[in-house]
Amino acid sequence: MSSAQPAIELIGISKAFGPVQANRDISIRVAPGTIHGIIGENGAGKSTLMSILYGFYRADRGEIFINGRKTDISDSQAAIAAGIGMVFQHFKLVENFTVLENVILGAEDGALLRPSLAKARKELAALSSEYGLDVDPDAVIERIGVGFQQRVEILKALYRRADILILDEPTGVLTPAEADQLFRILHRLKEEGKTIILITHKLREIMEATDTVSVMRRGEMVATRKTAETGPEELAELMVGRKVLLRVDKTPARPGAEVLAIHDLKVTDPAGVLRLKGIDLTLRAGEILGLAGVAGNGQSELLEVLGGMLPALGTVTGSIRMQGRDLALTGAAGDGKARRAAQIGHVPEDRQRAGLVMDFFAWENIAFGYHADTAYQRSGLFMDNGALRREAADKMDRYDVRPPDPWLKAKNFSGGNQQKIVLAREIERKPALLLVGQPTRGVDIGAIEFIHKEIVALRDAGAAILLVSVELDEILSLSDRIAVMFDGRIMGERLPDETDEKELGLLMAGMDARASGEAA
Amino acid sequence: MDFDVLLQVLDSTVRLATPLLLACLAGLYSERAGIFDIGLEGKMLAAAFLSAAVAYVSGNVWLGLLAGIGASLALAALHGLASITFRGDQLISGVAINFLASGLTGLIAQDWFRQGGRTPSLPNEARFTGLDLPFVQTLEPVPVIGPIYAELISGHSILVYLAFLAVPATWWILYRTRFGLRLRAVGENPAAVDTAGISVVGLRFAAVAICGVLCGVAGAYMATALQAGFVREMTAGRGYIALAALIFAKWRPWYALWACLLFGLLQAVALRYQNINLGGVVIPVQVMDALPYVLTVVILAGFVGKAIPPRAGGEPYVKER
Repeated sequence: MSSAQPAIELIGISKAFGPVQANRDISIRVAPGTIHGIIGENGAGKSTLMSILYGFYRADRGEIFINGRKTDISDSQAAIAAGIGMVFQHFKLVENFTVLENVILGAEDGALLRPSLAKARKELAALSSEYGLDVDPDAVIERIGVGFQQRVEILKALYRRADILILDEPTGVLTPAEADQLFRILHRLKEEGKTIILITHKLREIMEATDTVSVMRRGEMVATRKTAETGPEELAELMVGRKVLLRVDKTPARPGAEVLAIHDLKVTDPAGVLRLKGIDLTLRAGEILGLAGVAGNGQSELLEVLGGMLPALGTVTGSIRMQGRDLALTGAAGDGKARRAAQIGHVPEDRQRAGLVMDFFAWENIAFGYHADTAYQRSGLFMDNGALRREAADKMDRYDVRPPDPWLKAKNFSGGNQQKIVLAREIERKPALLLVGQPTRGVDIGAIEFIHKEIVALRDAGAAILLVSVELDEILSLSDRIAVMFDGRIMGERLPDETDEKELGLLMAGMDARASGEAA
Repeated sequence: MDFDVLLQVLDSTVRLATPLLLACLAGLYSERAGIFDIGLEGKMLAAAFLSAAVAYVSGNVWLGLLAGIGASLALAALHGLASITFRGDQLISGVAINFLASGLTGLIAQDWFRQGGRTPSLPNEARFTGLDLPFVQTLEPVPVIGPIYAELISGHSILVYLAFLAVPATWWILYRTRFGLRLRAVGENPAAVDTAGISVVGLRFAAVAICGVLCGVAGAYMATALQAGFVREMTAGRGYIALAALIFAKWRPWYALWACLLFGLLQAVALRYQNINLGGVVIPVQVMDALPYVLTVVILAGFVGKAIPPRAGGEPYVKER
């Protein structure tokens, strides 16, 4: 077999799910021994394409060539036989099985387990040392971290003698350090002659890890480039289909009157753990305060107490002044309804759990929290659903929710469009203070740009905005002022122009570089 | 309590625990594969009726057993069709099977035999009778060991030995064979099985079929060994007790054995001590009879600690997009 032959060649692949054309006439060639990235927004058809290659779905049309041979991949077994291994975004592991049991599942050598396990143990040790994939074969999956679980998935594929490895959004669940480790492993695999397909929507990963990149948009393959000959701007434009600003475009803030003043706020959770250890913060009209920090350092609790999500909290002390009036910290006077009456809008961190009811229609979701508004009442008894729907359709149109159909359930929208529904609901109420938690988590690059623009527009209209995000890039580009939280406290405040990721990273880890520098 | 009485109670425990154990293991196969089966009761009842009817008509108890297994398998196939192929609700399908069995058995029994919904009493030739194990006569005079061997271990029908042998067999299949590994996997994460290139539907149907066979044996045992014929509703909730025992046993074969023996013991005690006189206060028979059911409620109410069911249990498998 000549090495010039592509390891994988797909010709004219099409696949429809009912009326939705997930893949349209897709052709792609992947050279052996390379890392080939496939990038595209959520719903662009990347995962469908790879599922076809792995035999999970059958294409409606098109041909698949593996190492130059036309191959009919009718099911996963056929894909495995053709030397294809797949690491899914959501791991396909049996949680209470050991690593070894997961590796042999479906690839056992005979009806009895013992010989298979012994053989797998030996081979796993060899594979581990060959590719630097250390895992304890007897560890139970649910007791090891996601990074290790992912290695088990890779080992599963290698154990089945895969020469072609497909990874679907592999870094979504990993910490940055784990992701770096994964990419080192992938490079090692490449050096050993394996072909790797990396599916992602993160531009940074494509630029760092791949040799070649193909871009998908709305079910079509729009371009293939050598990674060295392209850049993030071009790829983003290809993905979205128009020019995308990777930077937030905003004028300097013109802060007005004080809107929010928090003094010595302490929160104890129901288990008795002190989560907020005395927070002092002020926020003015027309500014964005970015709250940076590693997840779990009290940002969620702060958003919850400000937004009136009290059941999750234990005891709360201190004071919150909103436009000069003290807010109740507990009881019905401090619930979400009272907060909304006090002109506080809330885009919760977990939109699928706290921001939307996934099984309800879009128009219902757009009304939630404000459904008691007199504008929606017809007589004292009935709601004016027609008015609600008209308003929902109008808001969805203005916030570019796709598809703009009020009769679609929340769960049927992509992450970005779900977020736009929540934003439309909260921003259109013209809040004096908007709480925004993780606005772009799981959101497409095109939608990120839109969401950032809307947040800045609300600021320019004079609202105060409290932004909580674990993405430092987002904090740095969106905030007018940055506060860093660590272990339930504010570690310090910085101005975005006078700080950088390194300094913020130290503060997020609980170390104040400036203070220790002054001491030295 | 003297030794003889103790032996008699334990002997009765073994007999009464047998149908529970068979049903419990039946449920274990099905639920380990991710198919909840509340229809154990119905399958046992159908098997009890058909086995008694066929044994009576043919005079051959083995034909009866086969017929019982057949009846139970038919209902198992129905459950599989509803919950695996058509991805219906497994609880509803199970409840429907129980109603179906309860109604049909009485109706057909009345139509065939006209004895008020029962089968005629089976003569001994058409029943499973006790087997004398080797050396019973020789060992009987030996103190302690002799009576234990003769009374407790020997003298049961072959189905009892089969049920107890099914425990180590089930353990071995589950934990030592490829089939067992895949069966456990499909009840925990069918997607893992599917992506490994194994048929989820095939595995689940296999598990449901094994469940059908074991329920069939359990029902046939009730009508042709424990009793001599079929009576309406003769399973009397044993299918549900077996489910409770399964939860109590945390879906493990050896624990299932002990759980079923415990329920069997309670039933044996209730049978033996109808009215207990505690210094003037008489505990009525109804209280004793209710004991196994009371324990069932207690167990199901969660007083046994944390029992983690197979994670994919009750969920039809749909390939995600």
